[in-house]
Amino acid sequence: MNTTTHQTTAPAVGDTTRTAPASHGAPTRTVLRRQWPEMLVGLGLIAAPFVLPLAGMSPDLLTRILIWGLFGLGFDLLFGYTGLLSFGQAAFYGVGGFVTAYLLTDGVVSNMLVALLIGTVMAAVTGLLIGYLTLRRTGIYFAMSTLAFGEMFYFLENSSFKAYTGGENGIAGVPSPELSLGFIDIQIGSGWPMYWFVAVIFFIGYLIARRIVRSPFGTVLKAIQGNAKRATALGHSIQSYKLTVFIVAAAYGGLAGGLLGLFQSYMPPDAFALDTSAQLVIQTVMGGAGTLLGPLLGATIWLYLYEGLQQVGNLGPYWKLILGIVFVVLVTVFRRGVAGALVDFARRHRSLPAHIDADASTRVASTLDIVAPLASSRPGAPVLEARGVSKHYGGLKANTDIDFTLREGELHGVIGPNGAGKSTFFAMLAGELPTTTGKVFFRGQEITGIGVTAVCQLGMSKSYQINQLFEQLTVRQNMMIPVLARLRGKYRSDLLHRLHSDKLDEQVNAAIAMVDLTSHADIQVSELSYGEKRRLEIGLALATGANVLLFDEPLAGLGPEERVLVIRLLKSIRDGRSMVIVEHDMDAMFELAERITVLYEGCKLAEGAAEDIRHDPDVQAAYLGGMDDESA
Amino acid sequence: MSLFFSQLFNGLATGLLLALISTGLTIIYGTLGVINFAHGALFVVGGYAGYTVYSLTDSFILAIAGGSAVALAVGLVMERGLMRQYYSRPPEDQILVTFGISIILVEIVRGLYGGISYSVTPPDWGQGIARIGSLIYPLYRLETLGIAAATLLLLYFVLYRTSLGLIVRAGIEDAQMVNALGINVKRTFLLVFGIGAMAAGFAGVINSPIVALTPDMGFRYLVDSFVVVVIGGVGSFPGAIIGGIIAGEILSLTSMVNPQYSEVMLFVAMALVLVLRPQGLMGQEGRE
Repeated sequence: MNTTTHQTTAPAVGDTTRTAPASHGAPTRTVLRRQWPEMLVGLGLIAAPFVLPLAGMSPDLLTRILIWGLFGLGFDLLFGYTGLLSFGQAAFYGVGGFVTAYLLTDGVVSNMLVALLIGTVMAAVTGLLIGYLTLRRTGIYFAMSTLAFGEMFYFLENSSFKAYTGGENGIAGVPSPELSLGFIDIQIGSGWPMYWFVAVIFFIGYLIARRIVRSPFGTVLKAIQGNAKRATALGHSIQSYKLTVFIVAAAYGGLAGGLLGLFQSYMPPDAFALDTSAQLVIQTVMGGAGTLLGPLLGATIWLYLYEGLQQVGNLGPYWKLILGIVFVVLVTVFRRGVAGALVDFARRHRSLPAHIDADASTRVASTLDIVAPLASSRPGAPVLEARGVSKHYGGLKANTDIDFTLREGELHGVIGPNGAGKSTFFAMLAGELPTTTGKVFFRGQEITGIGVTAVCQLGMSKSYQINQLFEQLTVRQNMMIPVLARLRGKYRSDLLHRLHSDKLDEQVNAAIAMVDLTSHADIQVSELSYGEKRRLEIGLALATGANVLLFDEPLAGLGPEERVLVIRLLKSIRDGRSMVIVEHDMDAMFELAERITVLYEGCKLAEGAAEDIRHDPDVQAAYLGGMDDESA
Repeated sequence: MSLFFSQLFNGLATGLLLALISTGLTIIYGTLGVINFAHGALFVVGGYAGYTVYSLTDSFILAIAGGSAVALAVGLVMERGLMRQYYSRPPEDQILVTFGISIILVEIVRGLYGGISYSVTPPDWGQGIARIGSLIYPLYRLETLGIAAATLLLLYFVLYRTSLGLIVRAGIEDAQMVNALGINVKRTFLLVFGIGAMAAGFAGVINSPIVALTPDMGFRYLVDSFVVVVIGGVGSFPGAIIGGIIAGEILSLTSMVNPQYSEVMLFVAMALVLVLRPQGLMGQEGRE
């Protein structure tokens, strides 16, 4: 294993347990430390009725804030963690609310909890439908289409389903909630009893949301927000993750809507209005997205500001104008909101973990699994084959009729002048681009255009020319993304499972050690140097466990020292892996590769052993005047 | 049968107006990559400003000019003051800030005019009815159809037949490259944002004799124009026109059958487009 200039201060090997939180039999103290947000929230909910009335908050105000906070828990999972900005959450709030209110008012269901449950499920089903449609596009399309579908439900409530929803009158006379526990019925009156009822549900909702955030599932959500393209390439079926979290957010919305009807004894039609979706977005952003409690905080600011301004002279009518200005200022300078600013502050004042012994890290590196080669394959058997592959864009022929074979255990170079079609060819090999004609086979199985996720799950991964990392996550969290894809497959709905397992931590540590970033494991990627990022880029591909690796200009942009490091790294991982490298750096290529394929003007010009290629007159001719030397 | 033709015609009038509103949205998106959630608010600002000019001067032509000018001014201030520093930020941030601006604009209008609705009488030249064959039709409606069509044509001419249009369309492809060629992209961006805002304000005035003004009306038009651009393809000028006409006809023809479902059918059409052709009818693959 290579050694860098990192200080190898001596803390003991035992220190690695710090980086690999032992999952079994962890001391109670650690558990307590990890559960502190839950305990704090629980204590806060208990203390609120004794403290906040002193600040002039009524039980009704607190209950209302909690309902918005519950609604926001789901939305924060969607927006704050996954990065999906939906403007249509009112649809689920309304569906949950109206279904619950209708069932109870019309006496279809008498048990309040059952009605709430049905409302929540209906909202989730609505979420499945809208999510299926809107998640086909991302970014602005997603925001616009969710907003439009949200409005559709407003129209449905007001016209098509008027007979059930009361149209613009809403549903009045929702019976006050009654808890039937079989042997005893408890009437939940308004005021504090209602607060306690909603607080318990909020707390359960918060516990579940926290588990989701800290599950493997939640880790993938963060990866999707950070870099959806790479998350896909590392073997995660992100569409399924997005749809699942969309449904979860809808369910939270439905439950909150149901509680609103119970709380007010009235289900208002404007639950469906665009204003409801907008209020949720504004509250979440003001309070701080990606913190779970941000929406609750935002709701407190919103409702408190509203009530407060009504009492200040003649400011009442302008409260929304003031709110709009505050919102624009917050988005412009304090994008992470109030809670986000607090979290950032806390993070900045946390001490960095101690450095780790390099020897220990070398030992863990050897424990990284690779997907075992198929039993039938033997050294020299073809692993990756392109047969007559072409790619045409209209009249432009990027690649024409290329045959290519990578054999088991081989390191195969692809070179060519700029514009020779190397990147296009590579993208087709990796399953990123469909071919115009021709087929690509992986261990005999056709993989032409099946997509990067499937290709990755088969055991082939690519490292990109331009770094594709999760910049806002730490090195360790980055490495978890490919390892999770290998351990869990392309999708698993383990929303409530623990993230850490011995297997995961061991593999992640090994992968980090392989690219010699152990001492930087808990540093956020955006703070790494370019060379370190480059090694992480390669490390992500390695950590997928793929034993066929495609490297797109791994040395691009590296200084001489880092270049040596990366070449050494590439040599060190050869054992048991087959690799294709596209590279401009000829010296490195002749040093590394056994066979070289030369592309020229979209066609294969030559192929053979490195030494033959070096002396091939055609290749020399092709490069004369055509090649610009990019070796840094 | 005559009802059908009358509704078909009605749909075209509504559709071209929707197209006009949506073009502003789509031009800004196509050039700057920003979806302006304040577009509906600019529509309202234009409508109210036009109303004020109209009641002061009694001239609807001046009202149109005044409403457009105020929307243009607001658009320019918005671009200079805030949007410029948002071009490099993620789309979610751009959506949030324009949404915040829309709240501020609407609340300023509410503060100035109060929450009540204003109905605007059509100008002298727009009163009465027109007869086309057996069809009887309000004259002003007919004229809006002409005005909207003419304006769209003018916009088309500016975008596809002038050097400004060439720069704008080149800027859509690669703003950095255009900048490197020595063209001041910043100024072009400012201009485009202004034109987009002006289109919204213009439509706001034209629409005011048809639908009474209220401060909150902008959101409905914002939603409708979202549907239009999702159907047509965001950033595509022809897409906005085709999407607008389709939306107008859906609203108009389905209300013949059952008015309760006409708005809903609009969303059903959008859902169909999202399933069958997610990039929109005229949209390009791969643009997000």
